Amino acid sequence: MIRAGSCTRSATEMPFNRKDLLGIRELSVEEITTILDTAESFKEVSARSIKKVPALRGKTVINLFFEASTRTRTSFELAAKRLSADAVNISTSTSSVSKGESLIDTAQNLQAMSPDAIVIRHPSPGVPQQLSRLVSASIINGGDGAHEHPTQALLDAFTIREHKGQIGGLQIAIVGDIMHSRVARSNVHLLTRLGAHVRIAGPRTLIPVAYDRLIENSEGSLTICDHIDEAIAGSDVVMMLRIQRERMSDAFFPSLKEYSIQYGLTLRRLETAASDCIVMHPGPVNRGVEISSDVVDSARSLILDQVTNGVAVRMAILFLLIGSEAQ
Amino acid sequence: MKLLIKGGRIIDPSQQIDKVADLLIEGDRIDSIIPANSSQSPSSEMRIFDAGGLVVVPGFIDLHVHLREPGEEYKETIASGAAAAVAGGFTSICAMPNTKPVNDHASVTRYIIDKAREAGFARVYPVGAITRESKGEELAEMAEMKAAGAVAVSDDGRPVMDSQVVRHALEYARDHDLVMVDHCQDVQLSAGGVINEGRYSTLLGLKGMSGAAEESHVNRDIMLAKLTGARVHIAHISTSNSVKLVAAARENGVAVTCEVTPHHLALTDAAVVGFDTNTKMNPPLRSEEDRRYLIEKVADGTIDAIATDHAPHHSDEKMLEYDRAPFGVVGLETALGVTLTVLFHTGLVSLPRIIEMLTIGPARAFAIPGGTLAVGAPADVTVFDPNREWVVDPQRFRSKSRNTPFAGWRLRGAVAATFVGGREVFRARE
Repeated sequence: MIRAGSCTRSATEMPFNRKDLLGIRELSVEEITTILDTAESFKEVSARSIKKVPALRGKTVINLFFEASTRTRTSFELAAKRLSADAVNISTSTSSVSKGESLIDTAQNLQAMSPDAIVIRHPSPGVPQQLSRLVSASIINGGDGAHEHPTQALLDAFTIREHKGQIGGLQIAIVGDIMHSRVARSNVHLLTRLGAHVRIAGPRTLIPVAYDRLIENSEGSLTICDHIDEAIAGSDVVMMLRIQRERMSDAFFPSLKEYSIQYGLTLRRLETAASDCIVMHPGPVNRGVEISSDVVDSARSLILDQVTNGVAVRMAILFLLIGSEAQ
Repeated sequence: MKLLIKGGRIIDPSQQIDKVADLLIEGDRIDSIIPANSSQSPSSEMRIFDAGGLVVVPGFIDLHVHLREPGEEYKETIASGAAAAVAGGFTSICAMPNTKPVNDHASVTRYIIDKAREAGFARVYPVGAITRESKGEELAEMAEMKAAGAVAVSDDGRPVMDSQVVRHALEYARDHDLVMVDHCQDVQLSAGGVINEGRYSTLLGLKGMSGAAEESHVNRDIMLAKLTGARVHIAHISTSNSVKLVAAARENGVAVTCEVTPHHLALTDAAVVGFDTNTKMNPPLRSEEDRRYLIEKVADGTIDAIATDHAPHHSDEKMLEYDRAPFGVVGLETALGVTLTVLFHTGLVSLPRIIEMLTIGPARAFAIPGGTLAVGAPADVTVFDPNREWVVDPQRFRSKSRNTPFAGWRLRGAVAATFVGGREVFRARE
């Protein structure tokens, strides 16, 4: 098993020969490691007083968001701008999708503006794949329905690696609304590929069928737990997922109060985790529902580190996809 | 006028015939099957079709076709659908009622029959709606539609959820000797689903439709068929449990038949990876275990018919997000090639059994004419080459629509010629 973190090859030695970043599932360990290593070198840029390098000067990045998002869109925008690319944001309210424009027309219109990369977030799974067949620009999946959210998983892995040194061998719990979570799916692919053991917990109504077969040969690297405490006991990392209020009306669980009691992360619950266990959340957080405030604000919480690292990871992805051929 | 189809392998499961012989057609009827090479004196009155090396069978019957006319002629018309049918070897097709307006009234039934007669390719048998506008509330005028030519009733695509309505429909259909065709789906249990619920729905983040959503309605229909003594036909059966329910019901003497589509025999939900909307249909492509079981039950005679569920959609409509694209694929022109490639050339199902499921099997299920080469039967005949290889090119379809999951597939088995009522309505280009 190649362990993340033990790999010292730099981006220039290990080229990243992809047009698009559509999901984690198709990435090799080497490609993942290349992205994480590249992000490391970009993280320093955001700490400078002049937060800008000319790596993508003259390149155009379109952020095409068909779903509300502040964090991810801003993160991509900053990533593009800190690399000196021109970034344009198009969000649902200004897009033509509501006017019934078909995917192919959206694609052709964007193509006509000659962007180098299109970051797309869409509520329908597979739209990045469909678009990638229609346009020559690099497509970056910024989250497609409940399918994948590769940049979130990569920033999560980056954050874990930064704090734990490596990912291989870690026990990582992912807890909450597994069914509707693209973050969980991308993380299961990524973390198990890098040698971690992932434990899944949540109400049975929110864990889709055959989740234990999400990855090939899952034996020993992916476990579905019957209870949150089983997932947390001995964990090195606990990732909590946001629970959405509208799930209640679909009869997935009786009330937020009961959810919070049964599946909420509290400091008391964390006592059974490893003593140096870290806590993560892709945000936005529902304080007092899936995670208590004292956990969010505790030293174990890396929720804000995740946000900081998101910019570096997205810089790395943009650079690897559209920056390399310019060198 | 006589037509001699000479020297082909004649397979007619309705009479257990499988031999090389000549088929003589006189006018619009089957005259006789004559031993090969018996001295037929050629006369100017007799046309000869050389079927050497080919297979000669009763014209295929498709119990499940969406012709889209009236109302959505940009997807398909009765004429284009009937032309696609004969190109696929189908001489009779049953037209589902979910047109605009719904075929819930004898005037629509008559319109379909008139249009089909004008087109003059395949015979078209309308299926009337069970309920008005297929809303699942009030019964449609079944007796009137039957008098106008409807052969069955169905609310295909809009399953009747109210079991009391289904019960009354069955009792009423029984009075008029109509089979009720059900698209079995508990639409509440499958709400929002776009593919089979299983590993692939989970992997792709697409909402799944469980097998149970189909099976619970198969079970309901069987119970109600038993209660009422009516005939039920399960459309496009797709899961192993559904087939088991049908088999058990039959053992208990319930009058239930079922059909399966070529795409459920050829493909699984693994085909959805890549998000090609031509893999989206309802019922969805199921698991590999289901597919294997369906083939087993085709081979052993449990499943009665192969039906295409030909569902044309314009490519603009299919070029949408996977979860927003409409359900359905075309199938008339690929059915024989796919079936032979997947079932026969793999050694899984015999040729006579496949022919049975395309001819006498469906004819009996709906009690419609044809499906046989018996003396005096309508001269509906299909001639095909079981070994001819071809590559599916949707641009060459006679259908107006191109939404097939088989584009680019190399298939083995192609229609050579199709005759309806003794008239040649299709001949393959050499």
